Amino acid sequence: MTLLPLAQIRTCLNDTRPESLEQLARQAHQTTVQNFGRTISLYAPIYLSNYCSSHCAYCGFSRHHKIKRYKLTEPEMRREMEAVAEKGIENILLLTGESYTATPLAYLETAVRTAREFFSSITLEVHPMEEAEYRHLFFCGADGITLYQETYDLQRYQHLHTAGKKQDYHFRRRAPFYAAQAGMRTISLGVLLGLFDVAEDLFSLYQHLREMERTFPGVEYSLSFPRLQPVKGENFQAAYVDDITLIKIICLTRIAFPRVGINLSTRESARLRDHAIELGVTRLSAESSTVVGGYALDRSADTSPQFDIQDTRSVKQIIRRLKEKQFDPVLTDWRPIANETLRSDT
Amino acid sequence: MPTDKDTFFIAGKPFQSRFLLGTGKFKNKQEMQATIRNSGAQIVTVALRRIDMETHQENILEYIPEDITLLTNTSGARNAKEAIRIAHLARESGYGDWIKIEVINDSKYLLPDNAETLEATRVLAQEGFIVLPYISADLYVARALVDAGAATVMPLGSLIGSNQGLKTKAFLKILIEEIDIPVIVDAGIGLPSQAAAAMEMGADAVLVNTAVATAQHPEIVAQAFAWATQAGRLAYLSRLRHPQDAAEASSPLTGFLYEQPASSANDQKGSVTTDNDQ
Repeated sequence: MTLLPLAQIRTCLNDTRPESLEQLARQAHQTTVQNFGRTISLYAPIYLSNYCSSHCAYCGFSRHHKIKRYKLTEPEMRREMEAVAEKGIENILLLTGESYTATPLAYLETAVRTAREFFSSITLEVHPMEEAEYRHLFFCGADGITLYQETYDLQRYQHLHTAGKKQDYHFRRRAPFYAAQAGMRTISLGVLLGLFDVAEDLFSLYQHLREMERTFPGVEYSLSFPRLQPVKGENFQAAYVDDITLIKIICLTRIAFPRVGINLSTRESARLRDHAIELGVTRLSAESSTVVGGYALDRSADTSPQFDIQDTRSVKQIIRRLKEKQFDPVLTDWRPIANETLRSDT
Repeated sequence: MPTDKDTFFIAGKPFQSRFLLGTGKFKNKQEMQATIRNSGAQIVTVALRRIDMETHQENILEYIPEDITLLTNTSGARNAKEAIRIAHLARESGYGDWIKIEVINDSKYLLPDNAETLEATRVLAQEGFIVLPYISADLYVARALVDAGAATVMPLGSLIGSNQGLKTKAFLKILIEEIDIPVIVDAGIGLPSQAAAAMEMGADAVLVNTAVATAQHPEIVAQAFAWATQAGRLAYLSRLRHPQDAAEASSPLTGFLYEQPASSANDQKGSVTTDNDQ
């Protein structure tokens, strides 16, 4: 198993010469075009619930925050999904805070089954689960999961995650393997930039991904590099990752993993996103709300967002911009093929 | 030389163009359409997963001319069962019975899974689909696919999207020699000269996507590929002699039979005498 050595990642991140970065960017650009052409997939998140039993020092949903908690009822989910589907979004990311009691398997099942009526591809960004639970949700119609380790440094992880099931570092790292074993087609991994030494976290993320590729080569993998934002009421001091570093991370990742997807959310600015798609990013979220009920229920007044949106453009505006930049926006990238019919006993 | 009516058949359907085009990776649908037209391709592949049936976005099918034979592919299928499901969906959605089986269970190399591909072909051919399976160039699998009712075999030249050309050349030659249904070289063809080389070897057709779609001017490049395909075909039909690595005497081993005996003086010295003896 070959991996980009840690020292090489560090050297690259520390290299301040603009010409080195331009050279890196050229290689990343060429690799991206070769493997993906000029196509960008679009998706949107729906926040189902902000109940959370974890205490993550950096997160707006953390359980010690005195924010209003809410989870959507089934009719509310439907209204939210309808609103997002109307914008033309086909790939949906369903999110919850990590609460095994407020949003248990049955709740997620309802969400997935409802989403199946509106979207061609469904990804879950929820608490990590066991294989049997993932399998159940796969048969209900979920196609993929997103699960970030946040940081791969065990000590730092334990320091930052002091409550709930999320304290279990190893379970979290294993969970994507369970999801793959259960049949999930797409798996997204990531680190939260700003929690720990970037080079080390990147190296460990690549290691995790290579292990997964070796074990489950058929899964379509993607990576995300969310940057930590200031959280209301938190004096958490994060190591700020600047734009240059973020772009280097994207380029390095593209070169190291030519075929792996790279996601970039609306927490980044329109300007940065418009440039990053030339360098390796293949999936953009669009017209996102990070508030529970943020699309149709107008609950924005009384629940807080998980993070603030920088790129506030509508789906239409993003599509227009992509076309101006000679990119083909891809809304449909999967056909629901009735996962339940793939059961081994059928 | 049969140039005008060099028709080839897939499942009994005649085609003049031996250049097939994939529709992925284009920067917009208009350019894709112009490229199809310019290339003269009569068969194009479309991934079912990329067809926006809800037409939230421009439907790719609206940009594919009506006289083109649509070959839906099962991109995204990781095993036979999924490929079969996708083929059924394509048929139910009205996209016809022509299906390119792509079963890929490796997202890094995108190599096809021959065993699962064979299984999917067997089932779908029995159900009346026209099945064009994408495979690694393997003789046994190709033979089994013929028995399973495949309409063609589509062995890869090299890794999808790699532009590496005919890395599997020796094995392609074997399939071309031994398999009686059309052999369409698919994947990895990055230059028109490589398309020509495949056709010179006797391939029935080639399929190209990445090299065209990611080019600066796809419609021009597609035409170059189509012409190269045709040039290679003509060379094959004309039994053009392949170049040799070194100059060759015309008959080094048997020429002596036709030569006049050497001078009588030498003969008198006996047959064992050489120049060095003198």
